[in-house]
Amino acid sequence: MFKIINARFLAENIKMFEIEAAKIAKKRKAGQFVIIRIDEHGERIPLTIADSNLEKGTISLIVQGVGKTTKELNMKETGDTILDVVGPLGKPSEIENFGTAVSVGGGVGTAIAYPTAVALKEAGNYVITINGARSKDLVILEDEMKAVSDESYVTTDDGSYGFHGFVTQKLQELIDQGKKIDFVLAIGPIPMMRAIAEVTRPYKIKTVVSLNPIMIDGTGMCGGCRVIVNGKTQFACVDGPEFDAHAVDFKNLVDRNRTYADLEKKALEKFEHNCHLVEKINELEK
Amino acid sequence: MKQLTPKERMKIPRHAMIEQDPQVRNRNFEEVNLGYAEQMAIEEAQRCLQCPKPTCVEGCPVHIQIKDFIAFIAEGDFLGAVKKIKEDNALPAICGRVCPQEEQCEQACVVGKRNDPVAIGYLERFVADYERNSGKVDIPVPKPSTGKRVAIVGSGPAGLSCANDLCQLGHEVTVFEALHELGGVLVYGIPEFRLPKAIVRKEIDGLKAMGVRFETDAVIGRITTVDELLGEEGFDAVFLGVGAGLPWFMGIPGENMVGVYSANEFLTRVNLMKAYEFPNYDSPILDCHDKNVAVFGGGNTAMDAVRTAKRLGARNAYCIYRRSEREMPARVEEVKHAKEEGIQFMLLTSPLEFLGDENEWLHAVRLIKMELGEPDDSGRRRPIPIKGSEYELSIDIAIVAIGNGANPLIPQTTPDIEMSKRGTIVVDEETMKTSKKGVFAGGDIVTGGATVILAMGAGRKAAQAIDQYITSGEW
Ligand SMILES: Cc1cc2nc3c(=O)[nH]c(=O)nc-3n(C[C@H](O)[C@H](O)[C@H](O)COP(=O)(O)OP(=O)(O)OC[C@H]3O[C@@H](n4cnc5c(N)ncnc54)[C@H](O)[C@@H]3O)c2cc1C
Ligand code: SF4
Ligand code: FES
Repeated sequence: MFKIINARFLAENIKMFEIEAAKIAKKRKAGQFVIIRIDEHGERIPLTIADSNLEKGTISLIVQGVGKTTKELNMKETGDTILDVVGPLGKPSEIENFGTAVSVGGGVGTAIAYPTAVALKEAGNYVITINGARSKDLVILEDEMKAVSDESYVTTDDGSYGFHGFVTQKLQELIDQGKKIDFVLAIGPIPMMRAIAEVTRPYKIKTVVSLNPIMIDGTGMCGGCRVIVNGKTQFACVDGPEFDAHAVDFKNLVDRNRTYADLEKKALEKFEHNCHLVEKINELEK
Repeated sequence: MKQLTPKERMKIPRHAMIEQDPQVRNRNFEEVNLGYAEQMAIEEAQRCLQCPKPTCVEGCPVHIQIKDFIAFIAEGDFLGAVKKIKEDNALPAICGRVCPQEEQCEQACVVGKRNDPVAIGYLERFVADYERNSGKVDIPVPKPSTGKRVAIVGSGPAGLSCANDLCQLGHEVTVFEALHELGGVLVYGIPEFRLPKAIVRKEIDGLKAMGVRFETDAVIGRITTVDELLGEEGFDAVFLGVGAGLPWFMGIPGENMVGVYSANEFLTRVNLMKAYEFPNYDSPILDCHDKNVAVFGGGNTAMDAVRTAKRLGARNAYCIYRRSEREMPARVEEVKHAKEEGIQFMLLTSPLEFLGDENEWLHAVRLIKMELGEPDDSGRRRPIPIKGSEYELSIDIAIVAIGNGANPLIPQTTPDIEMSKRGTIVVDEETMKTSKKGVFAGGDIVTGGATVILAMGAGRKAAQAIDQYITSGEW
């Protein structure tokens, strides 16, 4: 049992959890993740560790409610527990002093990019962060990102805040301005990471993405997390999750991630229906 | 009771196992074998000739005193029989169900030279079940505490048997397991219909009652390294029983399409995550109902996967194997059961390529027929493709069950442990010592994918050597 000692929404549908897990907090490095299982009936899902606090012995996870499990998780409050938290898993980010490093975060990906941005800064890089969201109220970790950046930008798809447009456009703009960029880390939805890879490819800028395939064990045992990198099969949970963006077969990742789309939809509908019923009962009881 | 003459004993036919009807059981996950009744067990035991030099014992990897335990059964002393078995094998209810007896004890049984061999496996299973159901399971009282601490990594048969022996010797034992459940392949790999999970749980409860500690969700190498176990965590020795959990794929085009599983993933989803109860359990699995499912391989894992697919409603469940039935590594009983359940075997057939639509959803596999040539390194005849025999088979789900390599996590994080070229850990065969002081290893991580009984035997051997090492301090 792992106790949630703090849970709060950062934006609509995006929630941050501080979870007591002293050993993981001590060990984890930027880029690593945990696998959680909410309860006996739960599935095992990977979540990147956004931060840790050694004094409190906690790790932070930032969760966007999309499917049944993440929505259920986001209903948890301070004081609730999670049955299983396993980690830290995966290889840590390879951090060096590249020179100028750009960290690009899309949506909740910003949370995942954050620890690596911190590590890049600590390694002596000139750090530029670009954080994209659909609109102003979905922007997360703006202050935190600013604090670790030499330059920081926020982009919104609808122009309600910061730069009007996509993170790719902002990155292209920086390149066009003649900025010498040595390293790009991109984390977010697959289409975004794929697009970033295409932006940097012609300039041969080293670009790393953090992949999010379907996982079960996280130890290399099931092979469910396999991705194609450089034409070769890799297990994201042990060989990744970070890979060379220019070598990743994104189409295969998108296709494989759709494996359970129909089933997940069914599970979500059932869950939301049940939640609705519970609400109704509560109302009636009042 | 009148003593039977050897001739009379030889006349008793082998008692068949009572089984669920094939057409019923291929729709449920309950155990296929229902076990012997008491009288059957006694009669089967009477078939044993009580050989002066029991060859069966030689055939058993851990040398269970087979002749002696069978003698107890013949006298109706079932608890005496289990006790005898447990002198050499801590997990008889499990081994009685999953050991390849036909290659081990039963192959060596003298009766088998002329008749069917004594059903040693069924008898082992019978007395272990008898003991468990009687509620008179003996939980041994450990020796007085030695104050020494041992860390066991992995809770499969190797780790469990090692923990059992060390705890009895008075050492403080903690087992670290990466998954949320204990038991290794026994829980995530081997299905309920062959090995009910309640049996594995019972064995683990016994260890807990004796004082063994368990920590789940603990991936050693990540959360704690082997060096840290021996250092700041204060363990006097470490046993690595981490198994061979890295599924091999065939390296053919299309293997990463949607619908292609490793057997480990398919079985884990069903056994560990209970995906067949989706959406009451949250883990999904592709719907097998009315689908064509092909499993590639001929071992126990392949049998488990293909029979699971059938139980999940597959219209056609194929087992596709590149050699002939003789070369199949699976237990003979599993192949027999699979056939009865309607599994379609396509032997001497090998896949060339998976075919799918533009969204990479699998819809077919291209196959080629094989013939057997000269024996290869493994002594089995090498399959050779027959030119021009390619054809397509329409399938919706493919499951690759061609074996497992060693998981690299521990070696990667413990660079001073010597590894073989195959990625397995190198040990001294007598003591199971690795090249690193204080660290022992056994089971599939040493042998590569093997058997439950070999893993168990290795765990016990290591326990003896660990006891010596930590009490004497001499490496
Ligand atoms: C589907 C299937 C069917 C089989 N059927 C049979 C059969 O009928 N008869 C038979 O004799 N054999 C059978 N086998 C083989 C048999 O199960 C294995 O040989 C045996 O389980 C090996 O035991 P082990 O203890 O070495 O490893 P495992 O049983 O593999 O257990 C290893 C455990 O270690 C854990 N682990 C791994 N890495 C770490 C880490 N870093 N930190 C903590 N924990 C870790 C794993 O999660 C696992 O629980 C079968 C195997 C499979 C896959
Ligand atoms: S070899 Fe067969 S007959 Fe002889 S002791 Fe063993 S089980 Fe009995
Ligand atoms: S999640 Fe199972 S091998 Fe990576």
